[in-house]
Amino acid sequence: MSLSALRWPPFVSPTLGRHLAMALGAAVFLLLVSSQIGAYDDYNLAAIALFAIATAGLTVLTGVNGQLSLGHGALMAIGAYTTSLLLRGRELPLMLVLLASVTTAALIGAVFGVAAARLRGPYLAGATLALALGLPQIPTRYKGVFGGEEGLTVSLPAPPNWLGVDFPRERWLAWIAIAAALATMVLLANVLQSSVGRRFKAVRDHEAAAALCGIDVAQTQVQAFVLSSGCAGLAGSLFAYWSGVTAPGGFSIPLSLQLLSAVVIGGLGTLAGAVWGSIVLVLLPTFTGGMASNLNLPSSVGNNLPLAIYGAVLVLAMLVFPYGIHGGLGRLLGLVRARWGQTSTNHKGVVDWDDPAPGG
Amino acid sequence: MNNRTNGMTSGISRVALGCVAALLAACGQASTVETTNTASAPGITATEVKIGSTQPLTGPAAPGYSEIAPASNAYFQYVNAHGGIFGRRITYDFQDDGYNPTRTASVTRQLVLQDTVFAMFSALGTPTHLAVADYLNSEKVPDLFVSSGCNCWNNPSKYPYTFGWQPDYTIEGKILGQYIQQNLAGKKVGYFYQNDEFGLDGVKGLDLQIPSASVVSRQNYVPTNTNVGPQLAALQGAGAEVIVSYTIPAFTALALLTAAKLNYHPTWVVSNVGSDVPTLTGLLTKFSQGKVGGQLLTSLVTDAYLPLITDTSNPWISLFKGIHDQYISSFPWDGNVLYGMAQAYTLVQVLKAAGRNPTRAGVVKTLETTKLTGGPGLAPYGYGSGNHLGSLGVQVTTVGADGSLATVGPIYTSTDSGPITQYAGTPATPPANGIPS
Amino acid sequence: MGRFVVLTLNGLTEGAIYAAMALALVMIWRATRVVNFAQGAMAMFTTYLALFALERGAPYWAAFIVALLCGLLLGAVVERVLVRPVESAPPLNVVILTLGVLLVLEALAPMLFGGQIRSFPAAFSIVGMRVGSLAIPFSPFDLFTLGSVLGLMVILLLLFQKTDLGLRMRAAAFNAEVSRLLGIRVGRMLTLGWALASMVGALAGVLIAPSLLLYPTYMDQVLVFGFTGAILGGLDSPPGAVVGGLAIGFALSYVGGYFGSDLETVGALVILVAVLMIRPRGLFAWQSQRQV
Repeated sequence: MSLSALRWPPFVSPTLGRHLAMALGAAVFLLLVSSQIGAYDDYNLAAIALFAIATAGLTVLTGVNGQLSLGHGALMAIGAYTTSLLLRGRELPLMLVLLASVTTAALIGAVFGVAAARLRGPYLAGATLALALGLPQIPTRYKGVFGGEEGLTVSLPAPPNWLGVDFPRERWLAWIAIAAALATMVLLANVLQSSVGRRFKAVRDHEAAAALCGIDVAQTQVQAFVLSSGCAGLAGSLFAYWSGVTAPGGFSIPLSLQLLSAVVIGGLGTLAGAVWGSIVLVLLPTFTGGMASNLNLPSSVGNNLPLAIYGAVLVLAMLVFPYGIHGGLGRLLGLVRARWGQTSTNHKGVVDWDDPAPGG
Repeated sequence: MNNRTNGMTSGISRVALGCVAALLAACGQASTVETTNTASAPGITATEVKIGSTQPLTGPAAPGYSEIAPASNAYFQYVNAHGGIFGRRITYDFQDDGYNPTRTASVTRQLVLQDTVFAMFSALGTPTHLAVADYLNSEKVPDLFVSSGCNCWNNPSKYPYTFGWQPDYTIEGKILGQYIQQNLAGKKVGYFYQNDEFGLDGVKGLDLQIPSASVVSRQNYVPTNTNVGPQLAALQGAGAEVIVSYTIPAFTALALLTAAKLNYHPTWVVSNVGSDVPTLTGLLTKFSQGKVGGQLLTSLVTDAYLPLITDTSNPWISLFKGIHDQYISSFPWDGNVLYGMAQAYTLVQVLKAAGRNPTRAGVVKTLETTKLTGGPGLAPYGYGSGNHLGSLGVQVTTVGADGSLATVGPIYTSTDSGPITQYAGTPATPPANGIPS
Repeated sequence: MGRFVVLTLNGLTEGAIYAAMALALVMIWRATRVVNFAQGAMAMFTTYLALFALERGAPYWAAFIVALLCGLLLGAVVERVLVRPVESAPPLNVVILTLGVLLVLEALAPMLFGGQIRSFPAAFSIVGMRVGSLAIPFSPFDLFTLGSVLGLMVILLLLFQKTDLGLRMRAAAFNAEVSRLLGIRVGRMLTLGWALASMVGALAGVLIAPSLLLYPTYMDQVLVFGFTGAILGGLDSPPGAVVGGLAIGFALSYVGGYFGSDLETVGALVILVAVLMIRPRGLFAWQSQRQV
């Protein structure tokens, strides 16, 4: 038994301090940025942060553990509905609401995880797709509890008084979402470098080999599912605050597919990739929407141009950047280094954030 | 273009004018004096008034509904070509939300915070718009003429800045229910409705008029599932002789087709939302070779709150059809286009009534205190300080064998809980230039 | 006519369409280990092309052939131009790629053909048949739909089991390396597999359009239920796809009829998950999973 194994519990990695320092730096930077931009940009920043939580959770499940989920939007819905139901007609502290949403989603995720552990590849994809399709029907059926198609409304959290009366609510939400996202990233980065993370990858890379090494495959898969669901629950809770309404229409299959495409576009299996993906997910539509309306096209073309661009981006990204933005940037960096005569050092072993996606 | 002089002087005059206006406003006489356009509110400059909207331009709700905003825009272009509103041109910034409440939330903030629209107008859909009604009201942005018949928009204490436009689904249901009671008495009635507030509010109205003993079956559908066979089979099995259908047009067509397949021929009573004859005819014509054609619509009962789209002799129809042919001739001439133009007409009425340099609160005040008359609507509007309801009533219509519509009986008005009363007023005709004065 | 009979016949016709879609998905899965999420959108697009032909005066059967041929072509093009280059990339990439194709096609269709809901003609009457005085809720067109799906299945079965070409296609899908050594042009076989599958999808599109109406997203639901049917049956089994598709059709119809339409999808999906818990690789998976 090595010394480090004695010193650290299984879920704490030796690089915890470094991750914390990086998160703190990012927090200061983002706080400064958010104070300099307008309320609408803060609103988009909040969206990026909350989607980054969901995509980071999904990348742990799909990229690191190898379980394909086409139904992560449904897990976000669980978080969002928990939040909306808790806030129905009463006010509760934000922390409490967030924690309750994470817990509910993680618990329900555990149930799905047990079922999912029996399934592989496309069969898991089909079952999770079924989840994404079926779950939004429940609020429609039980209107009294879940508010039916119109859903439940939630208002943006009010900033504390010491920030002043004119402090934009959008900015406060952005701060909350950024804090939540950074906390999630630190936690996930830490878990991925610990023995838990190594087991996730071992199961992904070769189930039989992992089992031979004494890893309980099913238990590991359920753990990954729970962790990922908890992230989805947190993202869903923030999503409820952010969108102002929790309705079945917001959690349809396209949301799940968008999350998955964000993970792959960003770079599957890396937390940095999850962030890149959520940036694309949030900013691309605002960019293309503006572009289409400025071009003065016939309405049938203009209306559908953003959708066409989004689809084309997905196709081209897969053809040109098979390892996503993060992989593409890494390759670019490698080229630059090679040009300047430096030997490209393999820093993958040091920072697991850069762990590439599993090969075919 | 009269403001493109010296920036300094116009700035000074704007300040001066603001002071004068404020003084006069204190005396309650502001509107009589102003003669110069000022940037009186966000989204308003001396030459432009910017209006925003969220619409389903893509996705499953886009077919049909995506015509509404371009139709409104066509009317605005017509107004702009004829001098605009107090010399200001209307810019209509309508954005796609794909009928997804989440995107509505994001796009609405873009319109308010980034694009700085003066008011929201015609934002479409109940679940979508409920996502932002709180926000718009907390930002004090006028939220005019939501494209939905939910009675939730009529809530001045919670939503002081939100106004409905079309008759709410419950009022419509009551009037259709009364028709069934008077003309199809004793028949077994079945309901087929969309399982959301649209269908449920409609059913609420129907139930106020039709005794529950005559309702033999209640079937609903969700718009994401296009197989309506089981529901129609249940209605047939229960022996319903009249089906009241609170459906969107595609589901009206699907229900009619499925009934034909079942050899089931009840009397159809369809809510205005799902009964647009040009749309339905388009959806059913291709079946002529299969011996089911436009005649599926024959003797279908529905209702209207605007002039009948097939009534080419009506001056409103000829006005709007003319604008359609001039600006958006590639669109079909159907109920969605008429709806968008009629809404746009109402907005121009309000903006004109609000005076030369309106504020956001001023527009709301105008709607609550000035009676809007002379518009295309069949029934009067309910707007008042305690009431943000739009059109108060409908007129029952039937479809003839040739696809033409004919009105049956008088226009009725009502409220959600009050009695149904006959409306005695005469229909208005549009002004000669087609723009409210 | 008893309610059960009505629901059964309704489930049969819906199920036939899901079966065709499931069959298309299974053929592509067997050929290239790809779940083609663009299958529905491709069928939507070819149906629009058929409508385009119809509106320019083509008779129904010509338009029908147009849809099938365009389906054949579109499948080949998508495989050769888009899917082939990502063969060696991580397996999720091709999933995202097909999602991208789906979005592009669903955006292109309204750009080219207009975004309104359109009607699409049926080959035969859609009014239920009568036997003597008894009205049956089953139309001549329903009969045609069912017949074409079953007929197609038989043809494909014969192609794969009885012909040399079918044998080569199966070999290419089963083991590309060995097939190459045996002189089989694997690439061509895979392209052909996609083309044939896409034609099956195109058939489903033309057959379901009269009863669903034609608009850019009308095949989304068919794709999801077709996929559900395919994994219910087992992705490696064409007969499984047909059985799975029909089972989903019946399940939806019965749940909708007896428990209310708002529970329809939930019910069908509960059944799916329940089946998968017992048979994680579908009903028709006989080979045990390869572990190492």
